[in-house]
Amino acid sequence: MVAQNVVFGILAVAMVAAAFRLVTTQNVVRAALFLAIVLAGAAGLYILLAAEFVAWVQVLVYIGAVVVLLLFGVMLTRAPIGRDADLDNDQRILGALVALFLFGALGAVLLDAFGSDKFGDFAIRRTAEVSDSIFGAYVVPFEVSSVLLLAALVGAVALARRD
Amino acid sequence: MYLNQFLLLAAVIFCLGVYGVLSRKNAVLVLMSIELMLNAVNINLIAFGAFRDNVIGQVFSLFVIAIAAAEVGVGLAIVLLIFRNRADIDLDELAQMKG
Repeated sequence: MVAQNVVFGILAVAMVAAAFRLVTTQNVVRAALFLAIVLAGAAGLYILLAAEFVAWVQVLVYIGAVVVLLLFGVMLTRAPIGRDADLDNDQRILGALVALFLFGALGAVLLDAFGSDKFGDFAIRRTAEVSDSIFGAYVVPFEVSSVLLLAALVGAVALARRD
Repeated sequence: MYLNQFLLLAAVIFCLGVYGVLSRKNAVLVLMSIELMLNAVNINLIAFGAFRDNVIGQVFSLFVIAIAAAEVGVGLAIVLLIFRNRADIDLDELAQMKG
């Protein structure tokens, strides 16, 4: 348990620092790289919680595809690659107040509801169990999400193509 | 390990994502902040799944990942369309639909 807490501490510090830099940096490409750090940290947390299949899906889909897609977006919209002082609007203080208030509310509720709940012994969930659940009890949402992905694909092509 | 250490970390990341959505005016950066918020939700789902010792949290987080991939694809297509029409993706300038 001590080793797990040490790993959690390292991942948590790295993720919070990278997320903070992601929302404050003035360089768009660096923001995408900070996003990759946060996503990798989340994958580490999934491993820590014995969810190995989700961790690798996270690495493949998020770090492999979504970050690359966002970098393509940066490139195609010709965002300045170097520093750019014009990435924030003038609601920064208001936004920070909203975020702090939200964190206060969330933190109070979480501490009140799960104050001293500890993890019991959780079993390592192998990929076979995850797939049994997806293709068993959750097969209808799975099929619906595949139709959603097709619709999103067609929609993205229809939006982005030049006529 | 306490359950709350995961939930509070996810809350911090979610709130940073909220701040990013509210304070950025580059549309691609807003999309990145939305990804941050979706990831915070996924951490919560996995943590609750391990806490209850069942597999449903992982199944739900896989659905969230699929939907986030669809969202970022369509979102970037919209951003590209805005850029093609206006040569700019400054969200503060997009006020045509204001009544």
